Amino acid sequence: MTEPLIYDYSSPGRAGITMPQPDVPLASFADLPNGLVRDPQTLDLPEVSQLDVVRHFTHLSALNHSIDKGFYPLGSCTMKYNPRINEETARLPGFAFSHPMQDPLTAQGNLALMYQLQEWLKEIGGFAAVTLQPAAGAHGEFTGILMMRAYHLDRGDAARKKILIPNSAHGTNPASTTMSGLEVVELPSDSRGNIDLEALRQACGPDVVGLMITNPNTLGLFEEHIEDVVKLVHGCGGLIYGDGANMNAMVGIARPGDLGFDVLHYNLHKTFSTPHGGGGPGSGPVGVSERLADFLPAPLVAIVEDGDDDEPPLYGFITPKKTIGRMKAFHGQFGMHVRAYTYMRVHGAEGLRENSEVAVLNANYLLAKLKGAYYLPYDRVCKHEFVLEGHWADAPDVHALDISKRLMDYGIHPPTNYFPLIVKEALMIEPTETESKETLDQFAEVMLTIAKEAHESPQVLKTAPHVTPVARLDEVRAAKELVLCCRPLPEWAE
Amino acid sequence: MNIPADLKYTKSDEWVRVDGDTATAGISDYAQTQLSDIVFVELQSAGTSLKQGESFGSVESVKAASEMNMPLSGEIIETNAALSDSPELVNQDPYGNAWMIKFGIADSAELAGLMDAAAYQKYCDERAH
Repeated sequence: MTEPLIYDYSSPGRAGITMPQPDVPLASFADLPNGLVRDPQTLDLPEVSQLDVVRHFTHLSALNHSIDKGFYPLGSCTMKYNPRINEETARLPGFAFSHPMQDPLTAQGNLALMYQLQEWLKEIGGFAAVTLQPAAGAHGEFTGILMMRAYHLDRGDAARKKILIPNSAHGTNPASTTMSGLEVVELPSDSRGNIDLEALRQACGPDVVGLMITNPNTLGLFEEHIEDVVKLVHGCGGLIYGDGANMNAMVGIARPGDLGFDVLHYNLHKTFSTPHGGGGPGSGPVGVSERLADFLPAPLVAIVEDGDDDEPPLYGFITPKKTIGRMKAFHGQFGMHVRAYTYMRVHGAEGLRENSEVAVLNANYLLAKLKGAYYLPYDRVCKHEFVLEGHWADAPDVHALDISKRLMDYGIHPPTNYFPLIVKEALMIEPTETESKETLDQFAEVMLTIAKEAHESPQVLKTAPHVTPVARLDEVRAAKELVLCCRPLPEWAE
Repeated sequence: MNIPADLKYTKSDEWVRVDGDTATAGISDYAQTQLSDIVFVELQSAGTSLKQGESFGSVESVKAASEMNMPLSGEIIETNAALSDSPELVNQDPYGNAWMIKFGIADSAELAGLMDAAAYQKYCDERAH
């Protein structure tokens, strides 16, 4: 399949909009530094009409799969519905047209929303303080690890260099650790999918900054020895970092802070219904326990003057005493704060808990339907997701990738595959609470059909997908040749 | 699956060929099959001394990235430069053209802890079901 580029519609002189007459004096090209002036003839921008642009991108968007088009059971990504009311509130002019540089006195509503979101995230996680700054989950991890490091250094303890990470962890955990200048120590899992306690005991020592843990973990299983894990790490002077990717199983049910976690990042784009993936920027607020609160990034939103019966409080910015500094320009992804706040307001405390309960119920419903036809390596009640093996000894040619590709023929986005690494040929399925029983039944039906096809006509799977605009991509070439521009690079970009 | 009889193997799926005081190492046929199409190989440079089990490099496929561990302690003498441009050699010829490092053996007593071809075959069979 060859799709035209927007450049292919270009015709000299065609324009999409009419520029208004300038209301400021025009600068002369002669005033600009020589090397920075580009020749308009070589700028290589497409000259197209508005309708060309609308048709081109509407057409491309229809080729894509999204949560708005079909089921999207992408494990560990919590691809839940993004409610339309979130979009309405985010577009309210007071939010949408505010500027991060404006005087806080003139943006009190925005600050009040951020303050309230901080407070709710504190309450949900059981934490002493929250920053909204980090721009995504991995950025939240980086923020958290830097705070843990700063905490030990502040105590005059510079000997701690190691972060312990279970082998079921997201790849971002070791990456954030390495980015922070610390060393990764991998911990094995036991036969039930928990952290191997004996290995943890041996790894704990005076050189440990802390442990990064995802609970429920990437197998969708609640860590059965979580209290022992926390005790062991705290016992050697280390801290507990919680990866909040799987908070959708926990909201309103268990609080990481109560379990003894010292830091946790949330993914507003997973748990709190803001767009995920290409749909919008992520947002990774971080909650901390009392002993780390002074190290949070600056600034935080706070009440700087109490209100009374007649006057609302005055909101402003404060700088934590031992702050690690700024993690992002301005105040984080404010548009996502509005959406997450809206989600929380719509559902309320009871509703948020119910969402987690239904997410867990939906996952267990699918698990029960599929575990006869697919091998389930860790056979336990799951939380919001579960991991199957996409391979059978009596259908040796079929792999998880083939099952994933075949699902696309049925209009379903493939689950996360080949992750977590501790399950061979992994298929990680997370339905979320937003899917109906009918959708789940339909998905289970398709998965059972594919299992049958794998044994009776494996070729159908090997050549899938058949109905998508492109079939199998050349992944090796895509990973090796990193030039994405399909036109000759302009001279200035060489 | 190809498991040459004249090599020794590790639990992390590296092979090693001993030749007097020196040895050559790479990853096994089982390992390359599990990883699938390999797109990137990164190796420590010659002159680096490593203990048994320490990472001598990493390999990245379209599915996963994985560390490769020293089968025996020693100092790297030479690395296979061809792999940086042609990582697919690891899939095509894991025991031949895709050798990864040559190193001087620091302690030949460590050899006793490695698996021979029969034991490695059994180890691979156990992991398949």
